[in-house]
Amino acid sequence: MNNKQKTINLKINGEFYEFEIGEKDWQIRPHHTLSHTLREVLNLTGTKISCDDGACGACTVIMDGKAVLSCLILTVECDGKEITTIEGLKDPKTGELDLLQKKFIEHNAFQCGFCTPGMIMSSKALLEKTQHPTEEEIKEALSGNFCRCISYYQVIKAVKAAAKERR
Amino acid sequence: MAEMFSYIGKPIPRKDSKDIVTGEIKYLDDLKFQNLLYGKVLRSPHAHAKIKKVNKEKALNLKGVKAILTWEDIPDFRGGTPRIVRVLDNKVRYVGDAVALVAATSSEIAEEALNLIEVEYEVLPAVFDIDSALKPGAPALYDEYPDNILPGGTIIYGPNCLKGVTRGDVEKGFREADVITEGTFGYENIPNALPPETVGAIALWEEPNKVTLWATTQAPYMDKVTLFHVFNRQLDIRSIGVHCGGSFGTKIMCWQVQSYAILLSMATKRPVKVVFTKEEHMANFTLRLSSRINAKVGMKKDGTLTAISGTWYVDTGYYSFTTQAQVAVGSGELMIMAQCPNWDLKNYVVVTNRNASGSTRGFGGQELKCSFIPLLCLAMEKAGLDPFEVLKKNFVKPQGGYYWRDGNWYNFRGIDFSKAMEEGAKRFGWKEKWKGWLNPTAVNGNKHRGIGVGVHGNADIGEDTAEAYVQLNYNKTATLFICAVEHGTGQKTNLAKMVAEVLKIHPDNIRLTPADTLVTPFEFGPVGSRGTYAIGSAAINAAEDARQKLLEFAAPKLGAKPEELDTKDGVIFVKNDPKKSISWRAIGNDRTILGFGRFEPDYTMCNCMMTFVEVEVDVETGKIDIIRIVNATDVGQVIDPLGLEGQLNACLGSAGIDSAIFEETVLDKRTGHILNANLIDYKWRTTAELPEIENVVLETPFPSHRFHAVGVGEIATSPGPSAILMAVSNAIGRWIYEYPITPDKILKALGKISSNKFDTHSNEAFKATGR
Repeated sequence: MNNKQKTINLKINGEFYEFEIGEKDWQIRPHHTLSHTLREVLNLTGTKISCDDGACGACTVIMDGKAVLSCLILTVECDGKEITTIEGLKDPKTGELDLLQKKFIEHNAFQCGFCTPGMIMSSKALLEKTQHPTEEEIKEALSGNFCRCISYYQVIKAVKAAAKERR
Repeated sequence: MAEMFSYIGKPIPRKDSKDIVTGEIKYLDDLKFQNLLYGKVLRSPHAHAKIKKVNKEKALNLKGVKAILTWEDIPDFRGGTPRIVRVLDNKVRYVGDAVALVAATSSEIAEEALNLIEVEYEVLPAVFDIDSALKPGAPALYDEYPDNILPGGTIIYGPNCLKGVTRGDVEKGFREADVITEGTFGYENIPNALPPETVGAIALWEEPNKVTLWATTQAPYMDKVTLFHVFNRQLDIRSIGVHCGGSFGTKIMCWQVQSYAILLSMATKRPVKVVFTKEEHMANFTLRLSSRINAKVGMKKDGTLTAISGTWYVDTGYYSFTTQAQVAVGSGELMIMAQCPNWDLKNYVVVTNRNASGSTRGFGGQELKCSFIPLLCLAMEKAGLDPFEVLKKNFVKPQGGYYWRDGNWYNFRGIDFSKAMEEGAKRFGWKEKWKGWLNPTAVNGNKHRGIGVGVHGNADIGEDTAEAYVQLNYNKTATLFICAVEHGTGQKTNLAKMVAEVLKIHPDNIRLTPADTLVTPFEFGPVGSRGTYAIGSAAINAAEDARQKLLEFAAPKLGAKPEELDTKDGVIFVKNDPKKSISWRAIGNDRTILGFGRFEPDYTMCNCMMTFVEVEVDVETGKIDIIRIVNATDVGQVIDPLGLEGQLNACLGSAGIDSAIFEETVLDKRTGHILNANLIDYKWRTTAELPEIENVVLETPFPSHRFHAVGVGEIATSPGPSAILMAVSNAIGRWIYEYPITPDKILKALGKISSNKFDTHSNEAFKATGR
């Protein structure tokens, strides 16, 4: 199908990757979503797929500083992008958790935990952009993240605590 | 005040917390297998049809397709209650019923193969609601039950399973009543608890009859039991629980997807994974029961109930797995909240040609109460009574009792919850805000505020058996062998805390086995609110047994009797002379000290949740905002304060309070198709609109286990929806009976828009009368 060999380059959690695009088993197919590539090719299964339809936020990752839905992005569109997933938050050398991760533990800001990686990535993108978010800004930033256990209240507390401690 | 504990009641981080926040925890779809095949289900486009012919040839020729199964390829394996539902049948009974199963080397190929299977149907007339299903001559879903009514009772609740409530003399009770109200009320919007993780299973078949199963489940041991019967008692199943991405009761109904994976693995001799898409999860997996009652209630002027009679109609969709169990539990729960000497409450479980309803948090009681409380409201209004006082008065007290699921009467030996209810009312400001029936609390232009209250209690806190082993290790640690899956409540950590408290070692030194039926003894699963008392008791008993054996082992070495010894931090010592001690190292690495614990069911106590709500209704647009929620409960002893807070905040989620305002599954009753089986069209609460929630938790010791605690998490969702109906009715000064109260219903009730004859939601069944 693809006569012209094509490759893309990505930086994911600080590592550089080069992928071939094509229809072979080992290649990234043009219709593969970023969430699929992260989970099935790179085994970064911390990024969750729930609706696979852009509605629930479970697959949220950070791309070039912005929270994006990895189920709505084709991997072939990511050439040259820098991506952080939930696995990329802790310190790669010391293993120390990101402040947000620590605060999520402290505030028990999860129940079943399935939405948690998406919640943390949305929160992380917010705190990168907004040093001192108001409660309304936190709620707005998380309003695309579906949680049926209603961990929302404890998540908001955790994000506030992280923002406060960073000051 | 509560006892002093080292770990119980302390906010210790969950054992799985680091793995959750780093994304390292593995849910079913995160597991990797060599040689894995992907299974997909071909589903019926018709609500009711016979399968005349299936042509698999084109699909089988697709490269990568390894097996295709239809009803003709498999034995007569059946599940359901009663066991009449074939895993694959020659008849389909709802839009989405399974027609064929495909296994292929990728999910894309399996999906493509579905499109190549040619099926010839003979379409049959269908029934989509209680009324049409019960009409004489209505098309029958099952030959065995031509009137579309399933028999009552479920085998697992025993031969006398509660099938309805008959007690005293209702005629006499109505004669004694000062007010009587009668009418038909329902909770028929079949909302979906909708955990974020979808539904699936991975099976690996081994000749001649062994299978290993990994599944999205909250009860792996019961899956083994259920599937044993489905596969005609010939299968040796090893069931392994995986960290569960939310269940809310629904995932105890996974036998179909599990059967698909097992059958495809049998056919291909390879591991097969079947994971439903979100659309399948929403259109082909557990919905709430659709509930409607036609009932009559008698009450004295002081709020004393004198008689309750009527019929409860439960629409279970195309089959039942747990519905009769939910009818039993729901009926008992109504008795708990409505103590009344005279009862005649019958019920019918009706099948219709839509996706199945079943086990969901609230388990029958939420559905029955959401239908019953509007009727009770009319009686309270007539008698001019404050609903808080009436609900408090009629909730079971220590001298009261109820029939429970096994058909037996139980004298209640729990605590009086009035104190918790009163504390909740005080924090909410109920007395100050209550302005009488159909009167708003406040009016500010178009914004009308109103308040409501609901209550729920469940005697499932001590239901079903549980077993556990505790092994003590010479490195001063202990291992808890228990078939428990973490599904969000933090239960596994709580069990470790209980064992730690008994053995006086830190919870970090307690490891839990995976939930693997090859390794652990029997455990029913964390259904209802049984985790704390029932499952907790098994872990506590196992720890106590292990401790006793440890002290017996150490006694001769310390020249003392076992009862003279204690152990703490991995050291055994003489209580009167602590210097005389030996370390757990004395156990040695060549010895096993193993304790066994079992819990026998105890239905003599229940939990309780009273929920107060304040809403604001915009009478111009019909939009409802929840302003404030206060939940009030008494749990005996808090085990995990932050986990408990989360469980109570959950009153909004999993088809709870919001099922009164916007959550519903929309069924097109002309075609049987579900119109909103996706997360955009199905409405759910977001962080953008969060009401204030306050949780009032009292700790009055229960006569349960040594920590005097009971569970409460399950019932958080249940009192809310009817409280919302009450609050909205009060806010706008008109009775609202129908869930969910979408803006059109408000505007219709206010006469601001006319009834729309094309509105599929409006149900003319709801009407009430009284004297």
